[in-house]
Parts: sequence; C-alpha cells; structure tokens
Amino acid sequence: MNQRLTPDQLEAFGREMDALRQRIVADLGEDDANYIRGVVKRQQQLEVLGRALFYLPPAWPLAVAALSLSKIIENMEIGHNVMHGQYDWMGDPHLNSRIYDWDNVCPGEQWKYSHNYIHHTFTNILGKDRDIGYGILRMDEDQKWHPYYLGNPVYAVLLMLFFEWGVAMHDLEVENIVKGTRKLEENKALHAGIMRKVRRQALKDYVLFPALTGPFFPLTLAGNATANLVRNIWAFNIIFCGHFPAGAETFSEEECADGPDGKETRGHWYYRQVLGSANISGGPLLHVLSGNLSHQIEHHLFPDLPARRYPQIAPEVREICERYGIDYTTGPLRKQLMSVARKICRLALPDRRTSEAPEPVAQQPLAA
Amino acid sequence: MIAMTRIARSRTVAALTSPHGVDHYLSRVNPMWAAHEVRGRVVAVTRETETAGAPVATLTVQPTATWRGHRAGQYVQVGLDLPGSARRMTRCFSISSAASGAGEEFTLTIRAHAEGQVSKYLVDAEPGQLLHLTQAQGVFTLPVSPATPGIDPLLFITGGSGITPAMSMVRTLLRDGYDGRAGRPVTFLHYARSQADQIFADELARIAADDNDVAVHLRHGDAVFHELELRRLVPGYRDTDTWACGPAGMIDLVREAYADNPRLRLELFKPSTTSSGAAEGDLTFDKTDRQVTNTGASILEQAEEAGLSPVFGCRMGICFSCTTRKAEGTVRNVLTGSESSLPDEDIQICVSAPVGDCVVDL
Repeated sequence: MNQRLTPDQLEAFGREMDALRQRIVADLGEDDANYIRGVVKRQQQLEVLGRALFYLPPAWPLAVAALSLSKIIENMEIGHNVMHGQYDWMGDPHLNSRIYDWDNVCPGEQWKYSHNYIHHTFTNILGKDRDIGYGILRMDEDQKWHPYYLGNPVYAVLLMLFFEWGVAMHDLEVENIVKGTRKLEENKALHAGIMRKVRRQALKDYVLFPALTGPFFPLTLAGNATANLVRNIWAFNIIFCGHFPAGAETFSEEECADGPDGKETRGHWYYRQVLGSANISGGPLLHVLSGNLSHQIEHHLFPDLPARRYPQIAPEVREICERYGIDYTTGPLRKQLMSVARKICRLALPDRRTSEAPEPVAQQPLAA
Repeated sequence: MIAMTRIARSRTVAALTSPHGVDHYLSRVNPMWAAHEVRGRVVAVTRETETAGAPVATLTVQPTATWRGHRAGQYVQVGLDLPGSARRMTRCFSISSAASGAGEEFTLTIRAHAEGQVSKYLVDAEPGQLLHLTQAQGVFTLPVSPATPGIDPLLFITGGSGITPAMSMVRTLLRDGYDGRAGRPVTFLHYARSQADQIFADELARIAADDNDVAVHLRHGDAVFHELELRRLVPGYRDTDTWACGPAGMIDLVREAYADNPRLRLELFKPSTTSSGAAEGDLTFDKTDRQVTNTGASILEQAEEAGLSPVFGCRMGICFSCTTRKAEGTVRNVLTGSESSLPDEDIQICVSAPVGDCVVDL
C-alpha cells in the first residue's frame, strides 16, 4: 500500500521528475524525427499493401491483417502521439498537433480537448476525469452503484466493439444530458464536427475504397469494417489496461488540493499520474502497437515527450518511484486484461461493504 | 495538368489519402509535386556583396505549380530543414524579383546575419536545395498594376537589405511599364553601409543612367536619413505615396518626417530583442492590436488580464491547447527556465513568460 508523502517529499519527487523531463527535452533530435518518420513510412506501406490486396479475393485475410495493423499503428503510435504535441518541436506541419487529424471518427480537435486536457490534467479524479468508465461503466468502488450497472460487462463489450464511436460520442457527455446537468444545445457545435468527420471516414472506408475494387465491393467493405473492428478491440484493451487494473488508484477532488492556494502542487500531480496509471510489460512489438501506451505511467508523467522515449526512461522512473515508496503498477498484458475484466464484472454488483449495514459478528475464539 | 490538379485537390482524394493528405504522398514521389502545399527548389545562387560577416546573396527559386504568384513588395515564409537538425526553421524573406505569376520563378535576396542560422545557410546554399514555402504574404505592396496605371509620383526610402521589397516594386514598374519606363516619376532613395555593401549596385547604376522616369539616390557610409535632404530631393514628399523599409533607427526618422501621414507605408525589419531576465518591456498582442506592460506572468494570464480570451486547456504546459505563434521577442519557459528568442515560433502561452519586449499572435 502507498504511504502518503509529506509536502516536502512531494516537492522533491516533482523536482526529480522535472529534471528527468528536461534532460530528455534537451536531447530531442534526429533520432526521434527519424523514428516517427520511419513509423509513418511503415504504416503507409502496410496500408497500401492492405488496400491493394483486396483486388485478390483469396488474399482477403492477409489484406485485413495488413490494414488492421496499419490502422492500429496510425491511431496508437502516430495519431495519438502526434496529436499530443510530441513532435511539435520538429516544426513539420505534417506531424503537428494542431494540423494532424487521425484515422478515427472522433474529430482530432474534440479529442484533444477531452483527452489531452480533461483526461491528462484530471487523471483519475472522480467526477472530473470522464475517462473513468467513459460515463457508461462503473470502474471504481467510489462510483455509487445503481441497478443500471448490472449491465456493466455488456456495456464494456459494446464499448470495445464500437470503441471509435464511443470516443467520438465521449465529448457529447450523453450521461450528463440524461442526468439533466448538460443541455442538448451545448452539443450543437460538436455535432457538426463529428458528422463531418464521420462522413469523411465512412466515405473512405465504406464507399470509395470498396468502389475502387469494382466487383469486389462487398468484400472490400467487409474487410475495411473488420480492420476498424480489430483496431477498436485492440485500442480499447490497451487503454483499459492503462488505468483500470488492480493497483491503479482514483482520487477525490479534495485530495488534489494540496497546494497552499488550494490548487494541486506539481509534485502531487506527478504522484497522481503514477498511481492512476498502469504499465503493460512486453516486447518491442507490443510497445509499437500500443503507441508505447504500454508505458502508460511514463506517458502520463510526460505526455508531450516522444513516446519512443518512454521505454528508455522507464527504469529510471521506476527507481525514483521505489525510492519514494510510490507503487509502480505493471504486469503482462494477459494478467492486466484479466484484472480489468474481473473489475468490470465485480463492480456490476453492489459493493457488499458499503451497500449493506455491517452485521454484528459474534466474536468467537477460533478453534485452536 | 489542370484536370490532374483538380483531381488531386478533390474531396475524394482528400478522403482516400487521409490522414496524411495527398501532398504527403505526392512529395514521396517527387518533392516538387504538390496539390495544396507550396515548396520550392533553389535553382541558382548569386552573390550580391561580400561584406565581411554579413554577405548578401540572391536565390532564384522555382516554386511548385501551387504557387499563386506574388505582388511586388510581398514576402514569403521559408521553412528549411538544416542538415543534422530535426527542427525545421521558418523565417520570412522579402521577394526581390518583379511580381510573379502562378508557378513562376522568383528571387529572394538574403543577408547572412551573424546569429541567423537560416540566413547563413541560405546565402551559401547549393542549387537543388528544397525550401518549404507559404504563399506570398504581406500588404507592403504596390497597389497599381499595368491594368490600372496612374501618373502619381512614387517614393521609395530604404536602408540596407530593406531594399528588397522596393526593388521588387521598381522592377515591376519598369517591366510592366511602357518601353521600359515606369510611366510616372519614381524616386528611389537608399542608404547602405558602404559602396562595397551596396546590393544590386550594377542594376541600380543602369536604372539611374537610363531614361526611365526613375531617379536613384544612393547614400553610403555615415549618411543617415534627414528630412532636409528628402525635402530637397522630393519637395512635395508629404503628398507622395511613399514606401519605407529598413532598420528601426531609419524608420523612426522617416516616421517623424511624415508625422501621421497616411501616404507613408512602413515595413520594419524585426529588431533583435535581447533578454534581460527581469520583467520589463511590453507585451504586444498582434491580432487585437493591444499592448500591455509586461508583468512577468505567463502570456496567457497577461492576455486574460488585458481582456482577451485565448484558447487554453490544462494551464500547466501539458495539453498544447494554447499553442500560439510568437512573432518576435524572447520568452522564458516558467517550468524549465529555458529561454527562446526564435522569431515566428510556436509557444505554449500558459507556461511562457515574456522576457523584455514580445509580440504574440493573439
């Protein structure tokens, strides 16, 4: 269990993290640029290969595999990271967070608000971080149970299958509209952006590319849909393993007001990022396909550092955390997935400790 | 060709090539192919002066077909990938050649500044060098064209490398005029450090000698702009449309001579702002034309105090929602303490505080 850190310890911890960050920022250069340009090149090759193989119906599974990989790499290692501003320092408009808009029905502009700002600033603060359960799941004991949550596992599977749509709808805060705390008019401006993006994505994957393959239209359409589905499932799993396995903690707003001015100190912010995230251990392929979100802790500490740096600094981050007695949660993909799945099912049911009045237990000496 | 361009710019192709965009794929095949972006290749480099420490060269640039041409006096932003650096540098340079049409060559005349990485590299660039360009920009231009000739006299007052936009205007007048004549009285008054430092010396001598309506007055050495001299050369200068471009000191004197006369159009070369560390100087918000005294707080806070409402997110330097272009000046990153003085740089205004005078696009 984590020990609470004193304000002095938090400050010292924050200073070490700042120093680590500064060292990497000063070292950014050609290697990072070559890396991301290389990833873009590979991704484009996979996409061209996948799209082309649809002309050969027997190669359909291969085409779907190539396109799925391309879509996964584009969303995870390129889109997510570029839109975080990780490569803005390069001055290349193609890799600039203000310009790049990923291959996803969620408009980049809206994602940058809900993800870069809301989620990364208020990570795992109940009531502020809307990524906790995405407004539809119960992912924490401190979320009050309601019979609606009996469907928790079903909602999770649906969110997994339609993940990109879930991400696109995320900003509409549908749950707050149901609750009456958000007005439908507030979504008007967002609708236009989402619809524009949805039309573009649908035109590409479900009209134009299938049409280009002529008689194989239905096969190509099915293939593109499958690739999007594969990407959805993968992205959902990586992201849920990043914040919800056993070990990842949530915070109340009061806990995050440790500064003298009632605001959160930078040290506590770092501390919360470590405790609110969990890593996935694995090989280089896992890291690339997860956009290095397998290093969710490092990503949350330094969301704007090029992701290829996360594996590099992970041992040092871990060492610092251990020194301060801060839990550093990590585990292999299978273990983290099981942990998340268990949590989703367990929280579907009311929490026994809080929902029922504790019954007096007769103190009986244990039989020796 | 037009059909190809139309296809390349279509929404269909945009959808098919998303998220990277058609230009990204075109440039993979040939860097000079583009549907939206503008790029250019240096085809020739000519030395204008050999001034020690600050030589001047003229680069002839062949732009991509996407170049829409330029009006005399405009500038272009040049992005350069320096070898060994992953950071693309972007700087503004005035175009020195006469007004160009779509896809036509133009020239940039550049002085190498001691601390200017881009200008130093470009002056010694090899033909073939690729440049990332924007369309021509700027309103320091000649409003007349051969289609709408006028007879009003014109006056150009320039200093040092500030000669480039005026040169573009004079070249345009002589090229598009009647029989090599500007078609109206033109006075060209220029100040250079020395005879050896005179840019376009041969061409200016030729223009001065020809019977073309253009009077050229070159001043070298310690000569500084003086109202009395201007009055002697152009007695009615205050009723003459005037374009002045040069270093800040010269511009101040010209401005004084003209008072608030709207006939005077100015183009200022960016003054090199030095950083002092303390909170001093003025913070200027370019787009809203407002200025506040620098308090040392973050640019975002100072902008809000001035009544502006810039886009922001985390307010702690992680989300990049507030990224804004800084036109000039030095800023200090309040998290790291590092300072940056690059012109036209994108900064996170929530964690950047001005050090001395600073101009941001807000």
